Amino acid sequence: MQVVFYISGAIAILATILMLTRLNAVHALLYLVVSLLAIAVVFYVLGAALAAALEVIIYAGAIMVLFIFVVMLLNLGETAANEERRLLNASMWVGPSILSAVLIAEFVYILSEESHANIPAPVGPKQVAAALYAPYLIGVELASMLLLAGIVGAYHLGFRKVRKGDS
Amino acid sequence: MIRDGFILAGILFALGTAGVLVRRNIIFMLMSIEVMLNAAGLAFIVAGARWSQPDGQILFLFILSMAAAEVSVGLALVLRFYHQYKLLDADAANKMRG
Repeated sequence: MQVVFYISGAIAILATILMLTRLNAVHALLYLVVSLLAIAVVFYVLGAALAAALEVIIYAGAIMVLFIFVVMLLNLGETAANEERRLLNASMWVGPSILSAVLIAEFVYILSEESHANIPAPVGPKQVAAALYAPYLIGVELASMLLLAGIVGAYHLGFRKVRKGDS
Repeated sequence: MIRDGFILAGILFALGTAGVLVRRNIIFMLMSIEVMLNAAGLAFIVAGARWSQPDGQILFLFILSMAAAEVSVGLALVLRFYHQYKLLDADAANKMRG
């Protein structure tokens, strides 16, 4: 399990470095998704199964899809078509694919390996939920208020039309 | 492994900081901020695993919801920026109309 931890950490660092050095935003997003998945594996090894699942679902799923939507909205026109033609090149996605394949191999290894020596005691979702809704209840309410503010703010900023001659 | 987890969180946070400072594309700056928030969440998870307490995961949940709200507002700002300046360079907005 320790080997899994170190390989995942290395993948997270490597994918983040590659993300920072990309020129195309979509390539960078692919590497960022790989980095988040690697950190999810780290969470699982550390015994935080609920956090690992939420990392995959919300971070690598919802937030990254939001980013990809915006990038796709912005890259319109002929340059986007040229980019797309270049994206079909196999050398563009081989990097994220290799890193993701290593993560999948690690996942299979975790499931096949039953020994849980030398890792922290896992904290299950039941414990987290019990603590979340008793001492941290006010935090949950505040988080809901924050998300509501985020929704209203995004709607307000995205809806207003830019007037002609405004710049 | 606990110590190395903190080292990993530190490295990721430093990489995110470097990304915010180096890149001038607003999308990349937002992604680097995501990396930094994620590194902070990783530090909380590692600390929670050190004492086998659920508090670390709960703080991670709060960071997660905060990141979701931040990203929605940030991306709406990016769209406004692009409609205004027709490019994503942060240096294009260095002048204010005061």
